[in-house]
Amino acid sequence: MVGIRSYGGYVPRYRLNRMAIFAQMGWLNPANLMNAQGEKAVANFDEDSVTMAVAAARDCVRGFDRGEIDGVSFASTTAPFKERLCANIVSGALATDENVRTADFGGGLKAGTTALLAAIDAVSSGSSRNVVVAAADSRLGKMGSPQELMFGDGAASLLVGSEDVIAEFKGSYSTGLDFVDHIRGANSVFDREWEERWIRDVGFEQFIPEAIDGLCKKCGVEIGEFNRIVYPCYFGGARKKINKKLGVNPEVVTDNLQATVGDTGAAHPLSMFVKALEDANPGDKILLVSYGSGCDALYFEATENIKKLPARAGVSGSLARRAELDNYSKYLVWRRMVPVEMGLRAEEQKWIRWSLVWRAHRTMLGMWGSRCKACGTQQFPPQRVCVNPECGAIDKSEPVVLSDNGGDIFSFTADMLAASINPPAIYGAVNINGGGRFVFDFTDCTTEQLAVGKPVEFSFRVKQYDAEKDITNYFWKAVPVPGENVE
Amino acid sequence: MELVPDSKEAMKVAEGIKDKVVILGMGCTRFGERWDAAPEDLAIEAFTECLEDARIEKKDIEAAWLGSHIDEINIGKGGNFLGLTLKLPLIPITRAENFCASGTESFRGACYAVASGAYDIVLAFGIEKLKDTGYGGLPDLPAFGQMQATIGPNASAPGMFAQLATAYSARYGIPMDKLKEAMTHISWKSHQNGSMNPRAHLRKAVPKEQIMGAPMIAYPLGLFDCCGVSDGAACAIVTTPQIAKKLKPNEDLVKVKALQISVSSGEEAFYTKWDGAGMLTTRRAAQKAFEEAGIKNPREEISMMEVHDCFSITELATMEDLQISEPGKAPDDVLSGFFDLDGKIPCQPDGGLKCFGHPIGASGLRMLFEMYNQLLGRWPEERAVKNPKFGLTHNLGGVPNQNVCSVAIVGLD
Repeated sequence: MVGIRSYGGYVPRYRLNRMAIFAQMGWLNPANLMNAQGEKAVANFDEDSVTMAVAAARDCVRGFDRGEIDGVSFASTTAPFKERLCANIVSGALATDENVRTADFGGGLKAGTTALLAAIDAVSSGSSRNVVVAAADSRLGKMGSPQELMFGDGAASLLVGSEDVIAEFKGSYSTGLDFVDHIRGANSVFDREWEERWIRDVGFEQFIPEAIDGLCKKCGVEIGEFNRIVYPCYFGGARKKINKKLGVNPEVVTDNLQATVGDTGAAHPLSMFVKALEDANPGDKILLVSYGSGCDALYFEATENIKKLPARAGVSGSLARRAELDNYSKYLVWRRMVPVEMGLRAEEQKWIRWSLVWRAHRTMLGMWGSRCKACGTQQFPPQRVCVNPECGAIDKSEPVVLSDNGGDIFSFTADMLAASINPPAIYGAVNINGGGRFVFDFTDCTTEQLAVGKPVEFSFRVKQYDAEKDITNYFWKAVPVPGENVE
Repeated sequence: MELVPDSKEAMKVAEGIKDKVVILGMGCTRFGERWDAAPEDLAIEAFTECLEDARIEKKDIEAAWLGSHIDEINIGKGGNFLGLTLKLPLIPITRAENFCASGTESFRGACYAVASGAYDIVLAFGIEKLKDTGYGGLPDLPAFGQMQATIGPNASAPGMFAQLATAYSARYGIPMDKLKEAMTHISWKSHQNGSMNPRAHLRKAVPKEQIMGAPMIAYPLGLFDCCGVSDGAACAIVTTPQIAKKLKPNEDLVKVKALQISVSSGEEAFYTKWDGAGMLTTRRAAQKAFEEAGIKNPREEISMMEVHDCFSITELATMEDLQISEPGKAPDDVLSGFFDLDGKIPCQPDGGLKCFGHPIGASGLRMLFEMYNQLLGRWPEERAVKNPKFGLTHNLGGVPNQNVCSVAIVGLD
């Protein structure tokens, strides 16, 4: 049996009320008022599609043996690189074996489901045993555009395999259509869309029912048999029409997360699918449809195992980890949509030295530390000479992955002098659970949330962005665990 | 916090430097934002004063050590700057770079050269031209190598030292407002002292309310918890006691009593037993310096100090690391006025890094300049330390979890 073994979700912590956007930009486009409801999830200044995909993938593989993963796929239309495989970064952050098949999927919004289908095919054929699919997007609309209101940031991840499957794959149907509703050229930053009425009437309302019809015929299943139906469409009116056209009870159609997250592009159908899996019961027939440059329709059936999967954050859990972004201009600065004065200190040249990054890639991507086999002291970054002053053994250590260990705050500060796009720069020394201490940047928090002894977890983030060379590099940061306080 | 036990062998101070070297003369520029002074101007200013004080000629100098920290701005690498600027006649010049201890390192090199008998008269020089960066604070340049620059935090010096305060507060259960009160007193005191010093960078007394209410630089350090970033140079000419007596008969001579350096081992940065509330290096360097100088009870025997108050919290923690204050008791000592100019052990009589300023490579020698002149009774009554016997200087370079510490003790015969 081939299918889904696990799922993970990620919604960035910060949420921007759409009225806050409209309050600033409504003068330009008053008709946007109708789009200015609810809130959108916004990636923090140090998040991008890669880091969000990593967050969702870590959630997905929690409790699974990383050594069993032999495939990692990344799907996005906002990959930070044209050349540098993002799936390798995700694989590195998951600390999988390096004997792994990695691939990036992109181009259209159906890239997430296409990656999922490729993973299913790989497992079905016996080429791979366990493939992690991670999809994420962070698309930009220009200031005052409808897209700025409708798009949100987020990620979802699925583990495809053949053991302990929680949702069996039953079949699929795909279309590929050069229907250019949204477009970004190879050098474009912002989305461009054709007339919304055309997208709604021809795009969503025709293509989605056609794909579903194709799937039902191909698999010999009736639409009415599905307990949960997932398809992305941010037009409320169009969703009603599609449901009517399909003849389905709107209650079986999964919420489109528009009021809470926004359209997360290639990740969106997978995020909705994760939401459906969170609530699914054994025997549920689930229909997953993507939209964008055509459609993929996938048919799953939940197994008994779905109730055995240990709890994970999923979409609901990360939705609950919410903080208000009270400031539209901060959003613009975080997304580098407007130039901002960071002071001359920020202009000092800081090269990303790739030969160094490669030598240390396990430390930097997977947060590998070392454990001394002579005295048992765990340390980070890995030390060839044991740091325990009473040991000092040379080359007696073994590698150990520390990204899931978490730790607690040993000391901290909030620095207004260090050049940051999001001042103050918050950082401090963290005692890593099990041993080791390192001074990490802190993120997703305010100074007031910090205290010595407070628990933190580690999150894979953008460590450095070199705007001049358009290069991003990544490392781990510490995030105070919400709700947990020191006694 | 206990020092990690060291073998007896390693802790044993060999014969040591005590009384083997005399400071023959010293010079120090006015520190500050010397917009119109090139590094060459600063060097000549300090050197001219030093040469006159030593009462020798340039040709008598046989070797020189040059302390400076930052290459990219400032004077560049190597010893050439000093030779080219002062036209030193092809003598050996060694550049010493060891973070904020660079000035003391150049002094240490010069003293060791004299003590070894290799040379009779040696110049120790320290200089830093910082105010060509275009922005406040120290230049944001990788100081700990490229790996650290790649994965280390997006940090500044105040932020790294600020963590001493959060860790100290947690370690001793002293609420931040009480700690901040003591930190405020430290800065207040340095401004009082600096206001009387014509060579100081910041020469204005500042009320405590203004210090306490200043904008935050790195929590909990406000603007007045941070020292000045300055241009400046300072230097010393050292020789043997025999030559000094010949050159300056019947005069008081300032002798070197101890010179110690301690460098972090990784224990603070990567191990989990360090308490974060003080510097292991300072504890070690102080312990060895007191042994070298034959000082049994520093709280009773040290007359005055110039310590590395890059930030107010550094000075506070240093009082404990130097064994002057009991662990957790420095705030009480500070608030009692123990370290004020009229206190038991005046600390920063010249205004310290806080107000005299901090041109990194020059700072160690500037501190010695203050101790030297106090010991010789050269300062006006209003800022003179009464009957000093031993003066201690202390530098801390780097950041609390990986640093270089120097402790020097000088005294009259």
